[in-house]
Amino acid sequence: MMSAEMKREISEANRRRYEQLRAAGQEATPKGLPDATALDAKPIAPEAVISREQIPADWYATMRLRRGELLRIIDDLGMSSVSMIGWREEDTSERINCADTVKVQWSAAISKGRVILSDMGRVFVSLVEDTSGAHDLMVGGSTPASTLAAFGTVSRNTHDNFLAAATKVGLGLRDIPPCVTFFAPVSVDANGAFLWNAGRKRPGDFVDLRAEMNVILALSNCAHPLNPFRAPLLGPVTLLRHRAPPAGSDNLCRSISPEIVRAFEFTDRLFA
Amino acid sequence: MTSLATASPEDESGAVYRYDIPAERPWSRVLKRGQTLRIVDSEGQQAVDALLYCADNPAERYSAQDTLRVQGSAYIDLGTRLVSNNGRVMARITADSCGRHDTSAGCCSCESNAVRFGESTRYQHACRENFIMELSKHGLTKRDIVANLNFFMNVPIDPSGNFTVVDGISAPGNYVDITADMDVLFVISNCPQVNNPCNGFNPTPIRVAIWDPPAL
Repeated sequence: MMSAEMKREISEANRRRYEQLRAAGQEATPKGLPDATALDAKPIAPEAVISREQIPADWYATMRLRRGELLRIIDDLGMSSVSMIGWREEDTSERINCADTVKVQWSAAISKGRVILSDMGRVFVSLVEDTSGAHDLMVGGSTPASTLAAFGTVSRNTHDNFLAAATKVGLGLRDIPPCVTFFAPVSVDANGAFLWNAGRKRPGDFVDLRAEMNVILALSNCAHPLNPFRAPLLGPVTLLRHRAPPAGSDNLCRSISPEIVRAFEFTDRLFA
Repeated sequence: MTSLATASPEDESGAVYRYDIPAERPWSRVLKRGQTLRIVDSEGQQAVDALLYCADNPAERYSAQDTLRVQGSAYIDLGTRLVSNNGRVMARITADSCGRHDTSAGCCSCESNAVRFGESTRYQHACRENFIMELSKHGLTKRDIVANLNFFMNVPIDPSGNFTVVDGISAPGNYVDITADMDVLFVISNCPQVNNPCNGFNPTPIRVAIWDPPAL
């Protein structure tokens, strides 16, 4: 049996470590984050493109990416939001985990240089380019109930899109985790109320996600439930699957914080 | 700010069920529609991770994102409706002497501990281990673990997006009442985390009690 004093010493050491991690995660790490990508800064060479697809408003797509491949998601008209879930191809019980993503990075906001984690302490995808930095991990996508409230009728929605997408890869309702929504400028005020920052959306905003494991993605192009713009159809989004040189160990996404260095180490072991 | 299911928070005389969940342990039970579950933070500063499943069809389960969207704000408190992934109200918070609970930070796992606090912490007990063991009694698996509730856990999110688990604000004896709108399987992990302040770095027991709905 551990003495009370020994227990207290361990508690105090754990508190000191937590405070050091917090200071690093909220003070040092954000200073090392890169600026947002400029809208015209990163054209993709035609020979690097593997495939191209446009998702019309209200529809969805599934996509498989091999480790190291990239997906550019483009909000063509600056009106859309793209909700995403995904699974590891070889073991679909491993899937994106929004809670671990925000907790490990000490931030509910993700932007260029950040990653999205799986529930197994591994990096699912990293955000290697991002013009927007305005993405939502808290509120989720639209649902039958939210479209009824917004439009007075149940219209196509992300919940149903995810269900259809999951089913097409052999999964179902049990496999739908909380989603990330790109180009969804949601913030939280001092009282915890959600705010929509419409000024942070621009035509042509894009993110480049690099697959850090072999992934299956489901992507839904429906109006975000907090978007007050009530047009029933918002516009298409473009998906560009493409190749890039392998990321070196000096790559910013891999080295931004001690937590993320560990998450990449654990991911690399899958492929060692 | 509280509305009480019983005359006095200390009075458990009418309860149909009472149990002390030891530190670091899981628990589960089906709440019948109308029943109220009280969770008491017996010694204070103890996070209680919780998941809810529709008893008749566990593919329908608590959804943190649906709950926050319907509510329009980021924290769980008195009056919050706990919404399922099919958009139905599963239960609601009917009393709360603590004042703030989380549903964005998820549960601790061996794997996320190793990322957050170093590889040695991979071999410490964690909420997900508790959930896996408890869910297995009901035919459910890791696949069924979604973003959970964290009662008595304080996770302020500031306007810049900073997201921090800070010291619990619950005092010994603080409690929260959850009244079921449908028959729900209610699953708890009494959080064993010792690497952050959610349990004051010292996991402690909690108490649960269940009341039938008041007679009409």
